[in-house]
Amino acid sequence: MGFETPRSNAGTPWVREDRDNHRFKVARRAFIDKDVLELERRAIFDRCWIYVGHESEIPNANDFLTRSVAGRDIVFNRDRAGKVHAFFNICPHRGATVVREKRGNALGFQCFYHGWAFSNTGTFATRIANGNYPDDFGKDKCTDLTAVPRLENYRGLYFLNLDREAISLADYLADAKRYIDVVMDQTEASMEIVGGTQEYSIRANWKLLVENSFDGYHAATTHSTYFDYLTSTVGSMTQPFGNGTNQSRAVDLGNGHALVEYPAPWGRPIAQWIPAWGDAVKAELDSKFARLVKLYGEDRAHQIAHLNRNIVIFPNLVINDIMALTVRTFYPDEPGFMTVNAWAMAPKDESADLRKWRLYNFLEFLGPGGFATPDDVEALESCQRSYRNHEQAGWNDISKGMMKAAPATDDEEQMRCFWRGWNRRMSQAVAS
Amino acid sequence: MLLAGLESTHVAGRRVMSAALRQSRIALPRADCEDFLYEEAAMLDEWRLDDWIALFAKGAIYEVPAAGAADDVNPASALFYIADDYHRLCQRVERLKKDAAHSEFPRSDGLRLISNVRILGNAETGTSVGCAFVTYRSKNDVTDIYFGHHRYVLQPADGAIRIVSKRTLLDMSSLRPQGRVSIIL
Repeated sequence: MGFETPRSNAGTPWVREDRDNHRFKVARRAFIDKDVLELERRAIFDRCWIYVGHESEIPNANDFLTRSVAGRDIVFNRDRAGKVHAFFNICPHRGATVVREKRGNALGFQCFYHGWAFSNTGTFATRIANGNYPDDFGKDKCTDLTAVPRLENYRGLYFLNLDREAISLADYLADAKRYIDVVMDQTEASMEIVGGTQEYSIRANWKLLVENSFDGYHAATTHSTYFDYLTSTVGSMTQPFGNGTNQSRAVDLGNGHALVEYPAPWGRPIAQWIPAWGDAVKAELDSKFARLVKLYGEDRAHQIAHLNRNIVIFPNLVINDIMALTVRTFYPDEPGFMTVNAWAMAPKDESADLRKWRLYNFLEFLGPGGFATPDDVEALESCQRSYRNHEQAGWNDISKGMMKAAPATDDEEQMRCFWRGWNRRMSQAVAS
Repeated sequence: MLLAGLESTHVAGRRVMSAALRQSRIALPRADCEDFLYEEAAMLDEWRLDDWIALFAKGAIYEVPAAGAADDVNPASALFYIADDYHRLCQRVERLKKDAAHSEFPRSDGLRLISNVRILGNAETGTSVGCAFVTYRSKNDVTDIYFGHHRYVLQPADGAIRIVSKRTLLDMSSLRPQGRVSIIL
């Protein structure tokens, strides 16, 4: 697999790790400095595998969607043979946006500016009268849509890489693959993105959302009102978070990826039933769990169905398998502003009833109108505002649990894994 | 107008419907609906959340689909921002009243403008009412603007009007830069 972590202060001026004295500090300048963001674009977003979308979003031949990925405008589509592509959504002629719809189904695309047209394999498909261009015009593909340098998928999750020389996606994902498997193995059918996108933004640096997305330490204070609500739906908090047990842990997945895994009191659509869901759903969940035990044995079935996991795939993909399953990605337009795309994911073969409760559960915590996310946004934006004081109050502390052999969910080891990956890539770029 | 001539009176600042309307299943008058929506907006502007939740009939629902969604989108198969049944709606109000609802502590300032109020039809459960809205939310020197249309089903009940359902459709292409729906729109 091959990833190493720096042992000391080697690297950038923005991360200070002192393993002997159990201190881990991150400079607040790293959240507000335009030069840091420029370096992140070159060293991270233009070099790492960046999430594009899930195969279920373009299920049929000729399906397409458009979205911004790593700051680029992308068409993500299937051609008439069902092969998946990702193109830059820019006309090779004069640069107008070629596909202006959010999604659809089409055999080809036509630029509205001068009418250049392309098949959905990206090849130029316009007849232009003889005498306008040389006979060999376009033979060098200068009239075709430009494909992204690399496009690969793991279990239906498609990523692009702007670096043609990058290692394979499978190698890049390192140990994260094992936990993507835990998520995807909850069904023998495939998984799908459900019913649309939450497209929002946060007036904060993107790395604040990385930290927040798998921060077990903030839950009790930031989200006390969510837990008040939860008590009203599940009765008493029968299932604690497992802190102090081996059920609650942080795992370094390599290459800056990490996760936390833990039990929790909320209902899980796979497969922790709560009374509000009714008896029919209980029977469905019982049968799903029995099937998991048969396929994978008790331990892995328990992990899949009853443990929660918040996964960060470096740099900007979050897969949170909690009271619902959400896939979330984000990108910094500016040091203090990120755009966020969030989706709900679910097994294709669940009943309409369970699907309804899954989406209901999603909204109790997640997203712009949930009982938790708006308070996270408030915290992140408050941090971002405060960082303008960085010259006098300059450092964040991410040391919690450094002394422990096995850090728990409410420690900060998972964030240190991210920052070590960030520091390594940024320091290589600083040095080059 | 269907209900021209039906009289309503104001009691203690609240519009109360005439006996004729109370006893009928016919549509609520447009002007009564408009007054009701203005009153609702004022309650929200002034953070009178206990008064606001009392406007809802038991079993009522409150929904905010994702920005740009179709009017008839279904929360059982599509991802919304908010899809509250009555229990969760009451919990939402209880949450917003707490200091620990950090997004709204200290409370944001806001103003709700309601316009284009129309009677859209009659459902078994009440009168379908549509209106356009613009909601301003201001906090920490940042002002966000939300705009779109509301779809209500309103029901006459005990001399007043009750909300059976409220669906807020944001006529925006995304929730950028607003980022959150931490207030009632």
